[in-house]
Amino acid sequence: MAQVPVDESVVSACRRHAAAIADDVQTYVDRHTTVGVERTVARALGALGADDQGAPLANVLVDRYQAAGLLGHGIALPLGRALVRGAASVREAAERLAYGPDIDLLGPGPALGEVRRSLETATAAALAAIDGARTDREARKAALPPAREPLRYVIVATGNIYDDATQTRAAAFAGADIVAVIRATAQSLLDYVPEGPTTEGFGGTFATQENFRIIRRAADEASREYGRYVHQTNYSSGLCMAEIAWMGAVERLDMLLNDAMYGILFRDINMCRTFVDQYVSRRIVARAGIVINTGEDNYLTTADAVEKAHTVLASQFINEALAHRAGLADAQIGLGHAYEIDPRIEDSFLLEIAQAQLVRQVFDRHPIKWMPPTKHKTGDIFQSHVQDALFNLVGVTTRQSIELLGMFSEAVHNPLLMDRYLSLKAANYVFSAARHLGEEIEWRRGGRVEQRARQVLGEAHALLGEVERRTIWDAIERGAFADVKRTRHGGKGYAGVAAREPGYLNPLLEALEA
Amino acid sequence: MHPTEPKLLRAYGDRDGDGMVQLSFTLPLPPSARAREAARRFAEAHGLHEPHVTTMEACAEGFTYFVVYGHSRHSVDVSRIEVPELKEQPLTRDEVDQRIKTRLGRKIVLVGACTGSDAHTVGIDAILNYKGYAGDKGLESYKGFEVHNLGAQVENAALAARALALGADAVLVSQVVTQRNCHKENGAALVELLTRKGQRDGLVLLFGGPRIDHKLALELGFDAGFGPGTKPSDVASFLVHRLCGEA
Ligand code: B12
Repeated sequence: MAQVPVDESVVSACRRHAAAIADDVQTYVDRHTTVGVERTVARALGALGADDQGAPLANVLVDRYQAAGLLGHGIALPLGRALVRGAASVREAAERLAYGPDIDLLGPGPALGEVRRSLETATAAALAAIDGARTDREARKAALPPAREPLRYVIVATGNIYDDATQTRAAAFAGADIVAVIRATAQSLLDYVPEGPTTEGFGGTFATQENFRIIRRAADEASREYGRYVHQTNYSSGLCMAEIAWMGAVERLDMLLNDAMYGILFRDINMCRTFVDQYVSRRIVARAGIVINTGEDNYLTTADAVEKAHTVLASQFINEALAHRAGLADAQIGLGHAYEIDPRIEDSFLLEIAQAQLVRQVFDRHPIKWMPPTKHKTGDIFQSHVQDALFNLVGVTTRQSIELLGMFSEAVHNPLLMDRYLSLKAANYVFSAARHLGEEIEWRRGGRVEQRARQVLGEAHALLGEVERRTIWDAIERGAFADVKRTRHGGKGYAGVAAREPGYLNPLLEALEA
Repeated sequence: MHPTEPKLLRAYGDRDGDGMVQLSFTLPLPPSARAREAARRFAEAHGLHEPHVTTMEACAEGFTYFVVYGHSRHSVDVSRIEVPELKEQPLTRDEVDQRIKTRLGRKIVLVGACTGSDAHTVGIDAILNYKGYAGDKGLESYKGFEVHNLGAQVENAALAARALALGADAVLVSQVVTQRNCHKENGAALVELLTRKGQRDGLVLLFGGPRIDHKLALELGFDAGFGPGTKPSDVASFLVHRLCGEA
């Protein structure tokens, strides 16, 4: 077995540092809410729909309470009070509060116990919706088991959801196990989730609840047709992390890109906002049985993949600790990493294999997500195809769980139908040809692979110690991850954070935390 | 001027003038003898003589993937091609700093950003930040440049305002996402905005990114364009030639 030596005492020390870092974040999270979280509550309880301008009801409602400085009570409070006062449904309550001349300023009114009781039915229905989706997934997976790992993950991104559905079926035909519809360029910065099916988008297709349904149908059809479960995934980073998680849970997404820090580092979203949002989104995902994918692979596009390899591992420990605090099981935590070392470096293949093997062993119960070379791809598609072949070889040898397949056209455009086909064909070949390679070989004692693995783990440990001392807030301000610096109150979306008031009401979160 | 001799070129495969090329594409029909003939004719319609369909495979239900080789009948007359090229003679780091010091007597102020909804910072950082690109240190590392890197997702209006406030000598714009030509629209919109605000004349305006070349940049109203593989020192030399005159 091609194992690398892993010093368990160093791993435990890393987990202790990560736990302290995560506890510090959690202290903040437990005292705050955001417009995104409250919109999620409103939607889950039944405030669905949008006005004729396309503004979702949940947004109009929550923005009104945020503007009035009352969001810290939880949007459930005015909704529940309206129910006690005779609104026929949460939706009707929400419409009154959103579009009526005045909002309920939360002065003296119905007793809290009565308000809580009025929300019980809606809360139970919300939980039943995601529990139902989970049961449905489990039944389908039992009937049509997924393929062997590494699962083959591909991206579709035409901008038009109906073309995406065609491409989903095409990808499944060629062997894909997981289809991700990548989102349109600027969606992560929108502070609302668009409604309905969409056919226009740059760089990808909008994530909407209806679009999730359309791809779900295509993936289910393909599952039946090809006799294996075809997974659907999407992306939740951005200003609507919790809402997208909610929609994904209801529509039976199987995976979700959900990283505690990606939005901060790569979309310049405020860190206070992101930390609160990631927590609530992960609570939902945990209950729904969805597997998250974290985004550490991205660090290696802005920072050097050799020098900063340890930042990936350190961040994986932090993502894991935060995920545990949101109730995710190890089997739901798909930690991300990538094959991004400059191919001009001698022995780059050995460095990649050392890191991949190390991550595999440190997180041995986790569905590790292995990302392909992207940054050092060029317009020479033939050479890119060779880079992907080596990447596939590392993936199967080190038993990665989820492998996002590289595209030879990575530096050119979003993948075409043919690009994806060739990528799947090549991966199928390498996975089969080298299926048991990892079981047959051993790394030379004290050799390059072992040394590299030891070095990366040691550096990750040192970094985690430093982050704990400084706190994560300060570490991000100093550029500890991805070589990107963000300030605590800078970035987008900070205005959407509110301190929780005493008596903050959120029956959905309470149920998820129970 | 001498009339230049026409110089006709064909793709070189195995022997001069054989015009050999390969194509790969997908047709929306299942594989069959008819599909193979369709691929052959499709290649022929592109000017390929004796096209040889070397691969035909179902790549999805109702779609077939083909690889075709053939001899292209077409040729290009390279003597008639004129492309604007950046021909500034490269300067060393010392020459750059020295010329700025002696000829300008102050630092050159640079303001850079990746604009619109584009979140790709690696390219503009490679040019501006100290670390640089492929072993070539970024403009921040020169004594002669004062660098303001505004990062990504910067709106054109914000960039124009900052350039004005900072007294920029040059503005460096990066565009990486190019789907449906959004980079061209964005670039042209910036030029128009700067012109409207009366800022354009006083500025050296550079455009860069993986799909940018000098010709395109000039067409859009920039002063120069820089594509893949650009090194910070290329940009430094250009700026010095533009802003510090010739001796
Ligand atoms: C790294 C990367 C990312 C990182 C970016 C991290 C960061 N902070 O920059 C992350 C993961 C965040 C990312 C996100 C996305 N990406 Co991206 N990404 C890439 C990738 C892999 C590498 C780009 C890169 O860093 N190259 C290295 C630098 C050094 O090269 P460069 O940019 O060309 O810069 C050089 C020159 O062009 C020049 N230059 C560049 N700018 C300037 C400016 C001036 C003034 C000058 C003088 C020179 C200059 O100098 C540089 C040094 O030589 C490319 C694929 C590829 N291999 O090209 C895709 C790619 C660019 N991304 C793409 C897409 C679609 C996206 C997303 C929209 C996906 C999505 N739907 O979420 C999002 C973008 C979101 C947004 N709002 O923009 C597409 C673009 C397709 C297209 N042609 O339109 C690509 C081609 C991938 C693909 N095949 O789909 N991406």
